[in-house]
Amino acid sequence: MTNRTVLFDKHVESGAKMVDFHGWEMPINYGSQIEEHHAVRQDAGMFDVSHMTIVDINGSDAQAFLRKLVANDVAKLTVPGKALYTGMLNEDGGVIDDLIIYFFSKESYRLVVNSATREKDLAWINKQAQAFSVTVTERPEFGMIAVQGPQATAKVATILDSVQLATVDGLKPFFGVQAGDLFIATTGYTGEAGYEIVVPADQAADLWQKLLDAGVKPAGLGARDTLRLEAGMNLYGLDMDDSVSPLAANMAWTIAWEPEDRDFIGRAALVAQKAAGTEKLVGLVMEEKGVLRSGLKVLTANGDGVITSGSFSPTLGYSIAMARIPAGAAVGDTVQVEMRKKLVDVKVTKAGFVRNGKSVL
Amino acid sequence: MSNIPSDLKYASSHEWVRNEGDGTVTVGISEHAQGLLGDMVFVDLPDVGDEFAAGDDCAVAESVKAASDIYAPVAGEIVAINEELEDAPEKVNADPYGDGWLFRIKLEDASELDDLLDAEGYESSIDED
Repeated sequence: MTNRTVLFDKHVESGAKMVDFHGWEMPINYGSQIEEHHAVRQDAGMFDVSHMTIVDINGSDAQAFLRKLVANDVAKLTVPGKALYTGMLNEDGGVIDDLIIYFFSKESYRLVVNSATREKDLAWINKQAQAFSVTVTERPEFGMIAVQGPQATAKVATILDSVQLATVDGLKPFFGVQAGDLFIATTGYTGEAGYEIVVPADQAADLWQKLLDAGVKPAGLGARDTLRLEAGMNLYGLDMDDSVSPLAANMAWTIAWEPEDRDFIGRAALVAQKAAGTEKLVGLVMEEKGVLRSGLKVLTANGDGVITSGSFSPTLGYSIAMARIPAGAAVGDTVQVEMRKKLVDVKVTKAGFVRNGKSVL
Repeated sequence: MSNIPSDLKYASSHEWVRNEGDGTVTVGISEHAQGLLGDMVFVDLPDVGDEFAAGDDCAVAESVKAASDIYAPVAGEIVAINEELEDAPEKVNADPYGDGWLFRIKLEDASELDDLLDAEGYESSIDED
């Protein structure tokens, strides 16, 4: 039995091709995923992300609980609305999920976690919460729409009322605010400016229609994947999972080692992994014909690795990938990928290819 | 509903074949196939002069989703390829039976055309997928 988001009928109206995405019937594209990709890079596009899981954490121990639960440190958050990206690790230092945490007060936070990992995330969070004075509340009564692209902010502005507009005006990156019935955040998964908007379910279809009328193009999961890959953003289940250290997933920057006495889950394992050394997640580009795909073997001077995510980059016009490979290969080095029974030279880059519409290679 | 022109022949591996009446056939992939593959990003065509037996893999259509082998629906020599696909592979999506054609084969044995499916046969073969 598959779930449908509150926007299902709007997708069908726009001619979406629907697919099963981890138990959710979601739009893969509305005709051409490449055109949808370009709309986000050049203008404004929107994604239904209502399948993602919102979890509110409240209570006198909320801060202490989250400082235990995740590898980044929520004590860094002091301005209401500020958001933090982090991994939630198991005791072995593997990534249970990656998530965004919004800070409202030391007693109130909002987590947005992946939909594919919803059940294990909730089970883990509730288990860990038992030792703390907190409540864990899933918020399925909301839809969520991500509006992304260089014109996203301007186009959203045309459909907000004056109070909402004043509330989001000048909102810095990686912040979220409640604006009337909407929770509007300057976050995203594309490498472009824009918003992620949490909306009461009964208003979601109306908001979607207003955005359509404002000239925002609907974009499906296909474009979402090529956009996030170009931006060098990890996809849970491909680029990392329960068996992969954040150190091997380009997530070292999300680990708050200081203060040293903060004993977050997975810390001891990470310390050992760091001392021993881990594989690294790098970028690969292949300028000749062909498309790098996840699962392909990568041969390096220091041993074999694997492509975790690969696709054609519509912005660059050639194939890009993220690969987990043995430490040692530097940016600019040539390594080989085994594809269609041939070895093909590819170049190592940092994991991140396009930002704000432009190549960063 | 998928468009399956009745004047063409089909292979169950989703290639269409148009008999040009001069001993050659034009080959492409069906609208159904391009829809399954999604946006095309590269089409790797054979060289003019290459010879294939029926069923040989002779080209690769690479989409955002997957690389897919294209098989020669009949035996013969490649006499033309659609060079425009080099810069505009999306023609395969936009016009699979027209501008998105792939290559032309000089028939070795015209009777092989009788082994291919007609539109009705192809339609029932994709209904079974």
